[in-house]
Amino acid sequence: MAGFREAQGDLRLDSVTKAFGDFTAVDDIELHVPRGSFFALLGPSGCGKTTTLRMIAGLEQPTAGRVMIGDTDLTGSRPYERPVNTVFQSYALFPHLTIRDNVAFGPKRRKEQDAAKRADDALELVQMTQFAARKPAQLSGGQQQRVALARALVNHPEVLLLDEPLGALDLKLRREMQVELKRIQTEVGLTFIHVTHDQEEAMTMADTVAVMNKGHIEQLGAPAALYDLPKTRFVANFLGQANTGVGTIKDTDGDHLVAEVLGTPVKILKSRSQVHDGEVVFGVRPEKVTVSRTQPDGVGNDVRGVVRDVSFLGVATSYLVDMPSGATWSCYEQNLDVEPLDLRPGDEVWLTWNPGHAFGVPVDDR
Amino acid sequence: MSGLAQASVAPAAAEVTAGGDDQRPTRRSWTAYLLLLPGALWLGVFFVLPLVQLATVSLQSRFPGFPGYYYRDVNFQNYVSALTDYGPHFLRSFVYAGLATFLAFVVAYPLAYAMAFKAGKWRNLMMICVVAPFFTSFILRTFAWSQILADEGWVAGILNFLHLLPSGHIINTPLAVVAGLTYNFLPFMVLPIYASLERADPRVIEAGGDLYADGFTTFRTVTLPMSMPGVLAGTLLTFIPAAGDFVNMELLGPQRGKMVGNVINDQFLAIPGGYPVAAALSFTLMAAILVMVFLYVRRFGTEELV
Repeated sequence: MAGFREAQGDLRLDSVTKAFGDFTAVDDIELHVPRGSFFALLGPSGCGKTTTLRMIAGLEQPTAGRVMIGDTDLTGSRPYERPVNTVFQSYALFPHLTIRDNVAFGPKRRKEQDAAKRADDALELVQMTQFAARKPAQLSGGQQQRVALARALVNHPEVLLLDEPLGALDLKLRREMQVELKRIQTEVGLTFIHVTHDQEEAMTMADTVAVMNKGHIEQLGAPAALYDLPKTRFVANFLGQANTGVGTIKDTDGDHLVAEVLGTPVKILKSRSQVHDGEVVFGVRPEKVTVSRTQPDGVGNDVRGVVRDVSFLGVATSYLVDMPSGATWSCYEQNLDVEPLDLRPGDEVWLTWNPGHAFGVPVDDR
Repeated sequence: MSGLAQASVAPAAAEVTAGGDDQRPTRRSWTAYLLLLPGALWLGVFFVLPLVQLATVSLQSRFPGFPGYYYRDVNFQNYVSALTDYGPHFLRSFVYAGLATFLAFVVAYPLAYAMAFKAGKWRNLMMICVVAPFFTSFILRTFAWSQILADEGWVAGILNFLHLLPSGHIINTPLAVVAGLTYNFLPFMVLPIYASLERADPRVIEAGGDLYADGFTTFRTVTLPMSMPGVLAGTLLTFIPAAGDFVNMELLGPQRGKMVGNVINDQFLAIPGGYPVAAALSFTLMAAILVMVFLYVRRFGTEELV
């Protein structure tokens, strides 16, 4: 292979920017993906995640910055020179080739002696052996998805890129493939970079999630950490649900900040707030909020609201509560008690939460 | 050709409708046949009947002593004479048509490729340029070529200046005929290739690059095979009419060494009593083309993609 770059190690994006004319799709991002990890790029459509992926693949060249694997600088090299393979959103199987020839395409181009054998092994890994002689048009979406995965995996790339690979599948198949993908990643031990707009998919599969918005990486970390302590309003709302309110920081109380929200003092741990004076958005996840009919004799952090809607979910009962600020909060009551609260729409309730669970983020996203 | 295609549609359509609705199978399948009726009638009156007529004419014999008169007969001598007297004409037709098809492919593929992938905002303008010649008559355009290729024209002038023309002429040579055929049938090559390239998913072509194929290898192993249905259609649409053409030979070609289309034309219109031989020539040409097309499609056809 002329020009092929053998490269090993962590993937790094170094101040990478991509502009299309006036539009900056990816704006000066830094990324470090340890070798062998399952990394998710999560964000709404148009946030730059697919452009980032295409720059790693070499299908787009960055306007500025560098793409590195280990110590090898891949910036400017062509896709066929990179030890990187892509599973395309539309699968992009070669319609004129059989499934086996599709999978053997990469090894053949690299002049591997045992291309056919390796293709068969890869098809076995994704449990598609019995379809080897068929053409792509004869397979279902889920089957084509597996073939696309095998066609990329067979090359043992240093980095495997997955561009919304489960987007076209129905819900049940998605769940199956999520488990399957995770199993395969563990088995082959390659670096997987998974682009998705589905926060649940990102959280269940990835070791590390980077949340992207408007060409920036808003926050990066383990799924549980991102969920527990979002650092921007966008992350708080995009990753799971968040009950939020806007307040002004008036005081401190030991380790806590005290913000005033419509006359009610609300405490936030200093270490869990990104802002320490002026306006703040405080937030708390729905499952951390407790509902009761009477005012709890706690340490504040209690707000009165009116029940708007009740849904019985089996394991829990979900309430929507109208807050004095005009916002609607969501919370759950676990169905543990012998005598449930039996709230009805219109009932007045008190919501409370442990200050240690609240987080504070800036009012304005960039 | 179209007759075969039409015929194969009928049973398939009936099957689909019958399978789709078990409640009223008879009525549904009748609807399908009813819809086919105008087309079938048209084909019957203007294709099948004339074909049968031509077949009977091709077997008739001349009335001795009465030039231009025939009687009904089963006379295969017409076919023997078509093949023995006019073998070289058949050969020229197929060689010139084959060359024109090849040249049209060589010109059309890069053009279609550029239109599909590189043209951007110029795509529509290029499309108009490809189709624009159809707004002028075929004969007129071929006359224009006789001007362009004339001895006094600039093409012959430049080639003569460079001493690239041993005979000193382009006009009235087989080269002019092949050039005319290539030009006249070029759009029929460009459009199907363009359509198949334009329809190709760009991600599939990117996947070639992603899987270690460089630009040329991706073209050879992905883009070209994916456009084969268009190439197949284009070559057929060029070769078949070119093999039967006589206008280009008439207006651009030499006096001697004509193509089979000219012979058929002469036998029908110029030579008294030439009808049976002309009909036999037509049938032989049709059979030869059908056999060639059949072999060609079997060799290169990709049924999943056509």
